Amino acid sequence: MQANRSYITTARIQPARQTKLHSVLRTVWRFRAFYIMLLPGVIYFIIFRYFPMYGVIIAFKDFSIMDGITGSAWANPWYKHFQDFYQSPYFSQLLTNTLLISCYKLIFGTFPPILLALLLNECRIRWLKSIVQTFTYLPHFLSWVIIFGILLTLLSQNGGLVNRLIVDAGGQSIPFLTSTDYFRSILVGSEVWQNLGWGAIIYLAAMASIDPTLYEAAKVDGASRLRMIWHISLPGIQSIIVLLFILKLGHLLDAGFDQIYILYNIQVYPVADILDTWVYRTGLQQLNFSLASAVGLFKSLIGLILVLGANRLAKKWGGGIW
Amino acid sequence: MVKSLDDKIFNGIVYVILGICGLAAILPMLYVISVSITPFGEVLRNGGFILFPREITFTAYRTLLTESNIPKAFQITVLITVIGTAVNLILTGLMAYPLSRKNLPARKFFLLMIVFTLLFSGGIIPTYLVVKSMGLLDSIWAMILPNAVWSFNVLIMKSFFEGLPEELFESARMDGAKEFRILLQIVIPLSIPVLLTVGLFYLVGHWNEFFQAIFYVTDRTLFPLQVIVREILMQSQQPLENAENMMPTQTMQMASVMIASLPIIVIYPFLQKHFTKGMLLGSIKG
Repeated sequence: MQANRSYITTARIQPARQTKLHSVLRTVWRFRAFYIMLLPGVIYFIIFRYFPMYGVIIAFKDFSIMDGITGSAWANPWYKHFQDFYQSPYFSQLLTNTLLISCYKLIFGTFPPILLALLLNECRIRWLKSIVQTFTYLPHFLSWVIIFGILLTLLSQNGGLVNRLIVDAGGQSIPFLTSTDYFRSILVGSEVWQNLGWGAIIYLAAMASIDPTLYEAAKVDGASRLRMIWHISLPGIQSIIVLLFILKLGHLLDAGFDQIYILYNIQVYPVADILDTWVYRTGLQQLNFSLASAVGLFKSLIGLILVLGANRLAKKWGGGIW
Repeated sequence: MVKSLDDKIFNGIVYVILGICGLAAILPMLYVISVSITPFGEVLRNGGFILFPREITFTAYRTLLTESNIPKAFQITVLITVIGTAVNLILTGLMAYPLSRKNLPARKFFLLMIVFTLLFSGGIIPTYLVVKSMGLLDSIWAMILPNAVWSFNVLIMKSFFEGLPEELFESARMDGAKEFRILLQIVIPLSIPVLLTVGLFYLVGHWNEFFQAIFYVTDRTLFPLQVIVREILMQSQQPLENAENMMPTQTMQMASVMIASLPIIVIYPFLQKHFTKGMLLGSIKG
């Protein structure tokens, strides 16, 4: 009797289910060409982007290469590696360096491109404008290795241009690239140099969309060029300035792994070692996978919160990244 | 229109500052070129300050091209750049086109899958373990596959495709064209600008390849150009005892820097327009 009843109920439900499944299958079939196109990309994302997200569980294990990700034993207690990091002397040093370098870059990197964009916008000689644009955009495409080469020839202690000039003038040569006093300034300076022109592009585009009648009206009223910049150009790009600033806040923990790894050396670790460089050295050079993953995860999670927070803030200013 | 004196002064200041910016951007590169083609003795004699060398020599280049790892590394880099950019464009285009069709079921899910990777990543170590378990370590593919699709480029391409007129697709479908044919014969020819822009970003990325090489490759014969150039540059960090036999000299180092950056500098002026366009496309919210 019992069996009989359940048979009846399933029989009643089945047609409905079947048509639902059927219609889903039919839609998928109708769009099959699209799904086939998506397939290689989706496989890529699963393997190279989502498997690592699963692999991050080794932060909670005592990972050994022999046992693999699933075979390794869980850490005891589960937060062992996080605790190790928190209690190590590196914790405050790395966090300080990361945040300081990031903030310096944020502060000193924001205004030069705005200034350049304003000046380009005021430039009435077309060829000068396009040459300056061509020249200042170029550094963006040079790799950090190339920029390291340029810095060496300008600043290295033996044979760098600046030091030769100092020595010729009777001074003492300065170890710019290996001194803890100068290294952060070099990081910030080279980043500003690299991104000066490229950063200006977006402000220039924003200024191009300012209503030209505003400038004409101001001119009729006898406003000076400086006043027009202050009262028309700047307010016109104000929202984009704030927006970009907020979005950059979201990446506060990305102090620039590429740049720092290529430029730094053991003498400047105390001021230049950031979370990312430490994770790389601890993980891939000293093969301390679990500890490095824990620190990486710590950084990713805080980064996620920062990006989401920044984006929420940005939405209030009229637009996020999605 | 009569220009007032104030206006002239203002213009003057603007042009001077712009000139300084332009020179500041390009002079370091010119200096690198000069050093690379000046005999090292000459560099030292002039206190190092040379912009227009009086004596020119290409010995440094000749030595690098015949007696160093540079030619091999150059080949590897060209190989990575060509194969890598092709793989990138194919995968990115194949993802972007279906995602630009608003009526695709589960479109939101796939988009979220892509956008989420912009927000969170497993990090260096777990990614290394994946590459290792795929058996890709110490191969060309380790420098191509782990970054085969940049999420951001998919979004750029997708928003470009969305701007193509829908009627074109409809009429093609009416004529019985299959989606793959529409992609090949209608979408791609209409999307040359965005393909060029995205392709260039990938290309520059591969040319400047450094990190995937040091993460995943230990075989020296597979090192790309940037890694070799950095090695040459690092050798100067050690204090030099006898400047005469200093090998590689600064000349040599700068020549290697030039070899690694020349292709980018040569293509750059012709393609600047497309790069700039990409920057602006990228700022359109996905």
